[in-house]
Amino acid sequence: MNRSLERQRNILDFTLASLLRRKGKNLSLLAIYIFIVFIIASVTFFTTALKREALLLLSEAPEMVVQRLSAGRHDLISHDYAEGIAAIRGVTAVTPRLWGYYFDPTTGANYTLLVPPAGTAVPGVVTVGAGVARNLGLAADDLLPLRSYRGESLLYTVEAVLSSESELIATDLVLMAAGDFQQLFNMPPGFAVDLAVSVANPRELATVAGKIVERYPDTRPILKSEILRTYDAIFDWRGGMMIVLLMAAVFSFLVFAWDKAAGLSAEERREIGILKSIGWETGDVLLLKFWEGCAVSLSAFCLGVLFAFVHVFVFSAPIFAPALKGWAVIYPAFRLTPEVSPLQLAILFFLTVVPYTVATIVPSWRAATIDPDAAMRQ
Amino acid sequence: MILHPAVLALLIASVLISAMVLFASFHASHILKHWDRESGSELQLQLERNTYLISTLLAYALLFQLLSLALLVYVADTLHVQIAGAMCAVGTFNANSLGYPALALKIGNFLFAGLWLILNFADARGYDYPLIRAKYSLLLVLALPIYLESLLVWRFFFGLKGDVITSCCGSLFSTGQGTVSSELAGLPPLPTAGAFYLGAFLTLALWLWFLRGRGRGYALAIVAGLTFLAGVAATISYFAPTFYELPHHHCPFCLLQAEYHHLGYLLYATLFGGAVAGMGCGVLAPFHGIPSLSATLPWLQRRLALLCLLCYGLFTLIVTLRVLTSDFRLFS
Repeated sequence: MNRSLERQRNILDFTLASLLRRKGKNLSLLAIYIFIVFIIASVTFFTTALKREALLLLSEAPEMVVQRLSAGRHDLISHDYAEGIAAIRGVTAVTPRLWGYYFDPTTGANYTLLVPPAGTAVPGVVTVGAGVARNLGLAADDLLPLRSYRGESLLYTVEAVLSSESELIATDLVLMAAGDFQQLFNMPPGFAVDLAVSVANPRELATVAGKIVERYPDTRPILKSEILRTYDAIFDWRGGMMIVLLMAAVFSFLVFAWDKAAGLSAEERREIGILKSIGWETGDVLLLKFWEGCAVSLSAFCLGVLFAFVHVFVFSAPIFAPALKGWAVIYPAFRLTPEVSPLQLAILFFLTVVPYTVATIVPSWRAATIDPDAAMRQ
Repeated sequence: MILHPAVLALLIASVLISAMVLFASFHASHILKHWDRESGSELQLQLERNTYLISTLLAYALLFQLLSLALLVYVADTLHVQIAGAMCAVGTFNANSLGYPALALKIGNFLFAGLWLILNFADARGYDYPLIRAKYSLLLVLALPIYLESLLVWRFFFGLKGDVITSCCGSLFSTGQGTVSSELAGLPPLPTAGAFYLGAFLTLALWLWFLRGRGRGYALAIVAGLTFLAGVAATISYFAPTFYELPHHHCPFCLLQAEYHHLGYLLYATLFGGAVAGMGCGVLAPFHGIPSLSATLPWLQRRLALLCLLCYGLFTLIVTLRVLTSDFRLFS
């Protein structure tokens, strides 16, 4: 065992020395390899981190939301529905919710207007998210002007600006009283935008949803698990699309790697010829090439992953953010939580190291089976 | 199709593996046809050179094959959140009719690939290519299931739809449904676990017997194969419920999840590793008479037998410790 280990160590030693002797050629290959790993690693890290944020964000969302449909479109729901749904066995609470979007023509931004539950908001007073405050240059005690459905200007006093910790959820939020909301949008009393339903046993959610549809056929219950699944699929799809597009770059890299491995210089040919004439076997030269591939792949993989980590989690992925995050006039400023899982590393391995290895096998074999005398005579 | 980056990685890997095996099979059939070790012709020299290419290609292809099995299971486990009704990898594989055939073929190819690599390793130890016909004939047999597996993996992932209601493991691995999985779950726990322990004990006994220079390794290989099957059956019928502390939860995939510290990966790695090493011992047995391998073959077989014993030993240790330390009792 020791002899075999010693042999591997010696060949590895020789490989590293030989790689260093041809710095120029190997560094250009390494640089492109690192770039490829970096790009794909950035995409996977970024999409996984966004999925994680979405999961955290939705952890506080109601288990079920019931909307009313009219002519296939989302419509206001009467409070009578809430009473009927609350009577279903297993339902613990039904909360009518008032919320909507407000387009601000002066800045081109959309705000989310929400009435906090349990009537905690005071009429004429609003609390705004950090993004809204930034957009309009607002601070506490300033006035927020909003145009009502009739076009008249309504002024609300800003009570507070929500803390920046909640920015991902609340950046475009404006919290206001129910009366103000109804006045702004001409919404009749006794109606809500939708109903948040709590069920005692989460396993009964599907059954309760079925009963709601049976009792009120014009409603549409939406489960939190469905929303989570959709988010998961959307972010995976975005990451997958980016990778499909990047495969063209990976393919170009493979052609480059193949070309580099196949185009042995006269010096390299002579080196292999001498090695074989002093007793190295084809298997030994193949081992040398194996270690060469390992050294290049390992360095490129580690450095590419490290750079991607810094790019995504320190600089918030400036290269991919516009494509993967989505966009809005008011976009939350947030730092992603660093997370690298074995699955991400396995994906990277299969998308970069495996194709690189496959591309270099045949050229390595060609190099290893050179006739010593032919190589030295050239 | 669910366009997850891991799915893309698996699809690309399956194409590359198939391409490598196809390329190697082409050269292997050429070698089988024209091989003449006594000849010093240009063709024979080229064929001898080609053996290096085939061995290198296949060593990588089969290594990637082994790694992609772990990735397939991991991906299936990860994707279950996107499939309505799925609670672990079972739901994902069950989402269409090709999931289980693809997995079964991948497991079969994993075992087969492991045995081929052992044969290749032994062949490289002899100076006169002693196993060349055996290993290339075996390669041609192995190639077809690998192409089929790639096809199934592609069709499985292309047919995977997030909105299909699939069965969760609770209903698939519940007893009395007439499926293979329910039959396994319905096996009597105590005799099944007993069969596994008996197999593990016999492996130890045969290892000792083998160390004394008795037998060629056939018996060990057969017992190792049977112990593997008993190990899988016992995991489903007895060990899994003990890990979960739920008498009716027989799912072999939930063990892979984070709640159980991903212990399933270690358990299955030891079980599969033991099976490949043990059966590899038997695969080498017919070649005892070859002079160029007379020194290395017994050494290699002893190593494989030891590896088999260590793998099964570790598996037995983990499951036994769990059975002994858990408050849960499947029978009073």
